[in-house]
Amino acid sequence: MANLNMVQAINSALREEMRRDGDVIVIGEDVGADGGVFRATEGLLHEFGAERVMDTPLAESGIAGAAVGMAAYGLKPVAEIQFMGFIYPAVDQIFSHAARIRSRSRGRFTCPLVIRTPYGAGIKAPELHSESTEAMFCHMQGIKVVVPSGPYNAKGLLISAIRDPDPVIFLESTRLYRSVKEEVPEGEYEIPLGQARIVREGTEVTLIAWGGMLRKAIEASEGFDAEVIDMMTLTPIDEEAIYRSVKKTGRVVIVHEAPKTCGFGAELSASIAEYAMLHLKSPIFRVTGYDTVMPLPKLEDYYVPSADRIRRAIEEAMKY
Amino acid sequence: MRTGNNKRLAFYLEMLRIRVIEEELVRYYAEQEMRCPVHFCIGQEAVPVGVCQALGGADTIMSNHRSHGHYLARGGDLRRMVAELYGRETGCASGKGGSMHLIDRSVNFLGATSIVADTIPIAVGVAFANKLRRRKSVSVVFFGDGATEEGLFYESLNFAALHRLPVFFVCENNLYSVYSPLNVRQPASRNIYKVARSLGVESSRVNGNDVEAVNRASASALRGIRRGRGPYLLEAMTYRYLEHCGPNCDIELGYRAKEELEQWKKADPVAAYERKLIRESVISKDYALKARNRIIKEVGEAVRYAKSSAYPEADRLMMDVYAQ
Ligand SMILES: Cc1ncc(C[n+]2csc(CCOP(=O)(O)OP(=O)(O)O)c2C)c(N)n1
Ligand SMILES: [Mg+2]
Repeated sequence: MANLNMVQAINSALREEMRRDGDVIVIGEDVGADGGVFRATEGLLHEFGAERVMDTPLAESGIAGAAVGMAAYGLKPVAEIQFMGFIYPAVDQIFSHAARIRSRSRGRFTCPLVIRTPYGAGIKAPELHSESTEAMFCHMQGIKVVVPSGPYNAKGLLISAIRDPDPVIFLESTRLYRSVKEEVPEGEYEIPLGQARIVREGTEVTLIAWGGMLRKAIEASEGFDAEVIDMMTLTPIDEEAIYRSVKKTGRVVIVHEAPKTCGFGAELSASIAEYAMLHLKSPIFRVTGYDTVMPLPKLEDYYVPSADRIRRAIEEAMKY
Repeated sequence: MRTGNNKRLAFYLEMLRIRVIEEELVRYYAEQEMRCPVHFCIGQEAVPVGVCQALGGADTIMSNHRSHGHYLARGGDLRRMVAELYGRETGCASGKGGSMHLIDRSVNFLGATSIVADTIPIAVGVAFANKLRRRKSVSVVFFGDGATEEGLFYESLNFAALHRLPVFFVCENNLYSVYSPLNVRQPASRNIYKVARSLGVESSRVNGNDVEAVNRASASALRGIRRGRGPYLLEAMTYRYLEHCGPNCDIELGYRAKEELEQWKKADPVAAYERKLIRESVISKDYALKARNRIIKEVGEAVRYAKSSAYPEADRLMMDVYAQ
């Protein structure tokens, strides 16, 4: 066990997998000599050499597309995009090819590819440096979307993502990178994809959150008999875990920092309404970012859901 | 052709102004009140000044993440720039965008962006609109060597060449993209300006630390563009002194050699030009000192203005998403 922050935990996952499996390679802008802009790949070039840790040209579409080819042809690339706002040039390759090559080749080609990228607000960076557009990726079939909420699950989830035979978008909350430390086992361990985790048990209301919002949800849950669920994987959705909890509590508050409209909360709400409506004692509440561009820097605090906003939603659900 | 003394003085003062403003902002940055990522352009001042001094008032410019020099050289308002860095509503982007999203129509500064290469096609579109409407203005876009690795660079140059659009591409080649030197990103034999030619865009390379050379090359490129010869790309070789993003020196990281930085500093665009103008009696040492002090004062005032301005109110959050 070691007390690690999330950057170190991610680094440790990459190292374990690269040691275990010679097919795993790391590519991205500035990931080599200087270990990436957030230092997640620090030391990997030194240990594994320039063939397996590659500084790429500044070209996201090229990175993603080349990674698809590498993955289809025997490698297991872990690509880094420096901020989620820079992934858009790569979306064509991700949607049109990474997500479809299995289906298009009727399973003869697969795409064991991981794209890691920092997401979300919290470091006072404007606009495209605070994106939280996970729902966009959830909407595309054929890729998995994974969002760790801390160092321990970041390591286990990343190892599973690398071993997964399908493409995974791995979203790392910038606010979590260095702000929390947890005990993280030294060796390899997997946290299965597609499984949510009950962080706190309760009977009166279910709080659903992920990534950078989980801690806010936990904070807000104090004083309520609330069950808190950490999604960890957004797609495929762990519907069982959600329905089980909702059937128990009858009330749901979903928290995400992405804008509300068509956010992942909308999908969760719809499926809860579809499959567990008769268990609901109140409407489903969503506490989210606003339908606008992430502003700088003062308004960031208004934009991101606060524990207070979450608490108010819980109260409304309770008194309904 | 020799540059006249009035012009030389203007070049000098503009470069000095950008340099001193950036140095002062570096100092203020330490107070931690300027809460936004900032890419300083210290070492690269001759490019924006040389280019912008060749422009006419109707010409437009677009910029990238390293935007201060471009904004100031185009005649942007220092107070509104500083207020933007401080996130205040008096900022040129109403305090919502920060250093990487300066935008100011009043000086035909059509905007910076944080996404590398993204303004290149937009500037091409601006040129297309100008051509269609028979406007005489040229659309200028600044970008770095890294941006030429994005597909958009090729798409944009192709489009501009195809339609012979009045667009002036200015590539500030400072040899690095963040921590990555050119040699891990582009083949050694690559010359960015020659790539432009192969795409059908006339081009040349210039010493980007020589303001007069940049200005001459820009003036001649702009003449051709205005005569309808189509787009032009100027590759200006220059060097950034500070870390990629932020107020510190990062030489200890090891991705570039100390000697390299020292070498470039010897050819410092501002200091070398200052020495030259003093040597040739265009200005005196005293003049230079006074000019510097005047700018320091100007920055102090701008910072006071920024700090005394209000933050945007919460209701600004939802403004300007759609037409109201
Ligand atoms: C599409 C995109 N990818 C990556 C980044 C992160 N990034 C910001 S600036 C930069 C380097 C740009 O290099 P260059 O174009 O040479 O400009 P310089 O910083 O050297 O002035 C990178 C990789 C980004 N902002 N946008
Ligand atoms: Mg560069």
